[in-house]
Amino acid sequence: MGMIPARFDYRQAGSVAEALQLLASCDDAKLLAGGHSLVPLMKMRLVSPSTLIDISGIAELQGITDAGSALRVGALTRHRVVERSQVVAQHVPLLAHVAGLVGDPQVRNRGTIGGSLVHGDPAADLPSVALATGATMVVTGSGGERRIAASDFFVDFLETAVGPDEILTAIEFPKRTGAGFGYEKFVRRSMDYAIVGVAVQAGEQPGIALVNMGSVPRRAEAASQALASGAGVDAVAALAADGTNPPEDLNASADYRRHLASVLTKRALLAAGYR
Amino acid sequence: MSLIGAKVLRKEDPNLITGQGQYVDDLAPAGCSFMAVVRSTEPHARIVKVDTSAARSMDGVLAVWTAADIASLPARPASLPGMDMPLIAGDAARFVGDIVAVVVATDRYVAADAAEAVVVDYESLPAIASLGQALAPDAPMIHPVLQGNTVFFQDYTEDLTAEFDAAPRTATLSLVNNRCAPAPIEPNVVLADWGATGLTVWAAFQAPHHLRNTIAAFFGISQDTTRVIAPDVGGGFGAKINFASEIFLAAALSRAVGRPVKYTQTRSECMVAMFHGRAQEHKVDVAFDDSGKILALKVQVTQDQGAYPDATGMGLPVLTTAMAAGCYKIPKVAVSWRNVVTNTTPVAAYRGAGRPEASYMIERIIDLVADETGVDPIDVRKTNFIPADGFPYQTHSPLAVYDSGNFAGALDELLRHVDYPALKAEQAARLADPTAKLLGIGFSSWLEIAGFGPPGSLEAFGHLASWESAQVRVQPDGSAIIYTGASPHGQGTVTTFAQIAADQLGIDFDRISVRHGDTAVIPQGIGTMGSRAVAVGGEGVKTASTRVFERAKKIAAHLLEATEDDIVVENEEFHVRGTPSKSVPWSQVAWKSFQPLELPAGMEPGSLDATVFQQVPNFSFPSGAYCCVVEIDRETGEVEIRNMYLVDDCGTVINPMLVEGQVHGGVAQGIAQALYEHMQYDESGVPRTATLMDYLVPAAPDLPGYVSGRTVTLNPSNTLGAKGVGESGSVGAPPAVINAVVDALSHLGVKHIDMPATPQKIWSILRGSK
Amino acid sequence: MSTIETHTTRVTVTVNGREVSEEVEPRTLLVHFLREQARLTGTHVGCDTSNCGACTVLIDDEAAKSCTVLAVQANGHKVTTVEGVGNGNGGFSPVQEGFRQEHGLQCGYCTPGMIMACTALLAENPQPNEHQIREALEGNLCRCTGYETIVRAVQWAATNGGAGEWA
Repeated sequence: MGMIPARFDYRQAGSVAEALQLLASCDDAKLLAGGHSLVPLMKMRLVSPSTLIDISGIAELQGITDAGSALRVGALTRHRVVERSQVVAQHVPLLAHVAGLVGDPQVRNRGTIGGSLVHGDPAADLPSVALATGATMVVTGSGGERRIAASDFFVDFLETAVGPDEILTAIEFPKRTGAGFGYEKFVRRSMDYAIVGVAVQAGEQPGIALVNMGSVPRRAEAASQALASGAGVDAVAALAADGTNPPEDLNASADYRRHLASVLTKRALLAAGYR
Repeated sequence: MSLIGAKVLRKEDPNLITGQGQYVDDLAPAGCSFMAVVRSTEPHARIVKVDTSAARSMDGVLAVWTAADIASLPARPASLPGMDMPLIAGDAARFVGDIVAVVVATDRYVAADAAEAVVVDYESLPAIASLGQALAPDAPMIHPVLQGNTVFFQDYTEDLTAEFDAAPRTATLSLVNNRCAPAPIEPNVVLADWGATGLTVWAAFQAPHHLRNTIAAFFGISQDTTRVIAPDVGGGFGAKINFASEIFLAAALSRAVGRPVKYTQTRSECMVAMFHGRAQEHKVDVAFDDSGKILALKVQVTQDQGAYPDATGMGLPVLTTAMAAGCYKIPKVAVSWRNVVTNTTPVAAYRGAGRPEASYMIERIIDLVADETGVDPIDVRKTNFIPADGFPYQTHSPLAVYDSGNFAGALDELLRHVDYPALKAEQAARLADPTAKLLGIGFSSWLEIAGFGPPGSLEAFGHLASWESAQVRVQPDGSAIIYTGASPHGQGTVTTFAQIAADQLGIDFDRISVRHGDTAVIPQGIGTMGSRAVAVGGEGVKTASTRVFERAKKIAAHLLEATEDDIVVENEEFHVRGTPSKSVPWSQVAWKSFQPLELPAGMEPGSLDATVFQQVPNFSFPSGAYCCVVEIDRETGEVEIRNMYLVDDCGTVINPMLVEGQVHGGVAQGIAQALYEHMQYDESGVPRTATLMDYLVPAAPDLPGYVSGRTVTLNPSNTLGAKGVGESGSVGAPPAVINAVVDALSHLGVKHIDMPATPQKIWSILRGSK
Repeated sequence: MSTIETHTTRVTVTVNGREVSEEVEPRTLLVHFLREQARLTGTHVGCDTSNCGACTVLIDDEAAKSCTVLAVQANGHKVTTVEGVGNGNGGFSPVQEGFRQEHGLQCGYCTPGMIMACTALLAENPQPNEHQIREALEGNLCRCTGYETIVRAVQWAATNGGAGEWA
């Protein structure tokens, strides 16, 4: 099967307020941004919403702004825009780097940062950046804006803290100007999701986060703490898989994933300037 | 100037690079309806009930069929008696992908909705997911007629106990040739239009006449009103010579609903419905001496046929065992094979079909002997090669009489490109440095049987015959149209055949068209498979062109009032040898060939038209030597191919650019089999790699660049001297890659790694060694 | 027979410089809109999981997989297909010509998507090295060529006019 989505109603929202109104009034509605997480699932009919609310035209969700100590990235900002942004490269270089490694060029041209994060896929690249840098998710609902720490955002497999009648509107990344970073993505084939990935953000509040090492995107907590307390790269890398419950699939056993997490953590730490 | 051997740009390309190609799914005749298929999600199950009521009641749905609706039709052609593959499964489904129902609707999207609305009630039966399960005592049975799951068993052709007992050394190797999905980027597509005056079927197919003959017999209709057209075909790799059930269903449904019916397989369907390839297990025993000289070889092949044995699939181990000795003069060879059914997708031809399995096996054995004796793999090869003056060479198999080759010559040419001593030194240095990646160097001296074939060879696979047709038809303006039965799907046949014809006819390449793929236009035909297009079909074009040219010379001689033997052609002008001024242009000869008053006595008008059914006396035997250099990450187990050196001997090269393309593509599929691709099932028979997300067809960053070389020994079975090249890369590459991987790890005592050599497998080995 | 209420929506896309406006179901994929409404069949479908890239077109001059985009998402935008990059008089764009010169295609099925991905690459990076070319094509599968001749095709185009121009 595959290929053809089930029928749905299509609505366009011109503003966040309008989108929230539509969300509240439609049962079983989904938001459509770039569609690069949603449309493939709809084609497989793994997801068949009754209504799609197209938010791609909402201007207030676009773009990257300098908010002093942080960069605010609108949820609809496409990976390609993030990848090419000078201001992102300067202040959150890990984000610019990883945005350039999502999927393939076609996916990066269409897929949005918000779409990728709210999908909550543990194998996706960008959640690890949010976790390693300590980003804040800005979520808007009928009651106004909520701010959620990245570490509280991913709650279960393909499930985030965004409520059914809420919209992720922006992500605030604390500036990491001049700090080192590393990202290691292990794949068998270039275009694929990471078998394991590791993001390292150096600097004052260093962080290490893991890709595809459990049912949710997660920080490598023990390793991050060890790093903050000045442990050497080998010691930190040895802790990378602590507390994880990695999946088993065609490409990797849980053991292999734990091993890769450690190897990749060391490489990412070295890339980030740690010795 | 001869065009044979010239890099000529392809005539095919202008359409294909501008979006003007015509693939079956591009066609949309008036009233076209769309078929969608409901497939079993169960590996083995009794079909209790198929509820089609919801689907039938949908707006735009024209028909919903289950097995009961096709009771009057035969089973899928090329099935085996008692193990027939039904077009629509009735009592039981036997693999995930087996067709359970079909729907036709006025719209592609409605057809998909209707297929989704069909509800199938299954009662699961015990399923067989692997050869091991199939051959276990008390295994469940798939076809009651079998009394087990073995369709055919051939015991060892010879008892070699004495040879093995007497041999100084022996070794044993068990290996798996991993199941692959052919995965052409265009899946199976068919458009059937059963009109008042006959049936026309457009199909993504490699052998349209073969399909026409089969469809006519299937429906009991006449071949003259049955037309099959294979327009542009988006790759086939052997899989599009299989009679996909959907072709026959679309035709039957077109008759029933009175409209054209189009079916376009989705990729997820294609992964489980288009027949797979390889899927063999080998047990190999080899006897040899301390010098690496091989004394005897025993090979037992177990072929997974999937749920329904296919006539081509049944022949795969025949080809594998025929080629078991590869390039080597092995005094005693005994072979055995067994065809076994499992609850998986049927297995049939995939690029190389039985020969990649043979070359992989024997080239692994050569490296095993090298490892056991400490003799360098190069020397083991040279010690055992059939010498260049050893042809023709009768193998252990009556099928295979090698006709030409120079295996040592190809290996020497390869070593001219590869600095083997330097690589060995680098390998040792890296081994001593724990931070360095491991280096592995792998060779294959490969040989295949191709150019199908001599009379009887394709008949054994259900084809009408083994010749290929060619018609050369000069037009009144002196241009020419070539009609070939070798219907291509990417090979560049339109270009190479025009090159061959241009040389023979003396007509400009730009004024020669090649037509193919339409049974109403092409006299008869067999098809493109088994690396036969140039070796058989191209030879036919040459023969027909020569006949036409001889007649043209007669006409020119008549017009020039000269003797035929003195006539030569240059720049599309016939003239008397030594007297260029006395000439007549090809266009005039052509024009007058249709005018009785202008012709020499006894010559009929329209005689610049010849049809040939080209036969060849033997198969062809393309060969070559490949070298693969890999680097292995000691921490992750990742294999990266650093270099790939390719020396091919395909005999005469018609167009070097196209030969290189064929080699590259075959090598890419060979590397893919060795490192990436594996069609896998879980223990219950559910496929685990049924999309292109999970089945890893490699992309550009995953494959290396190639260094190419060439040796030439001519094919004595045709006057072109061409052997065929379509399958070469897929035959030669897998053993070179795996030999390199094993070489990189041999210091750990590793003697073999099954394909694909995944990072996890290698990491497990590296970890175990610590 | 029951009747399913079908809502359609008007989608207007500028395809290769020409406005195409059709009433379609919102679930219509852009690739089907192009193939069946605009009758431009050069854009192909090769998979259903966004892996193969045979359906690659340019949306507002950026490469996209038209099987993963709803036609409504392209409403009001500009789409360029393989039919739109030549010079319109039977001439080829540099990328198209590169594929011909360097044998960057065999069966031709992946070729339109490849050509569009390569066109987008050269528009952004007129002189890519081999590594950059291979990486830029990671979202496009070819089963025939083994990719080396496609790399050469891009290099040919890079030295013979680049991405070219389109409406």
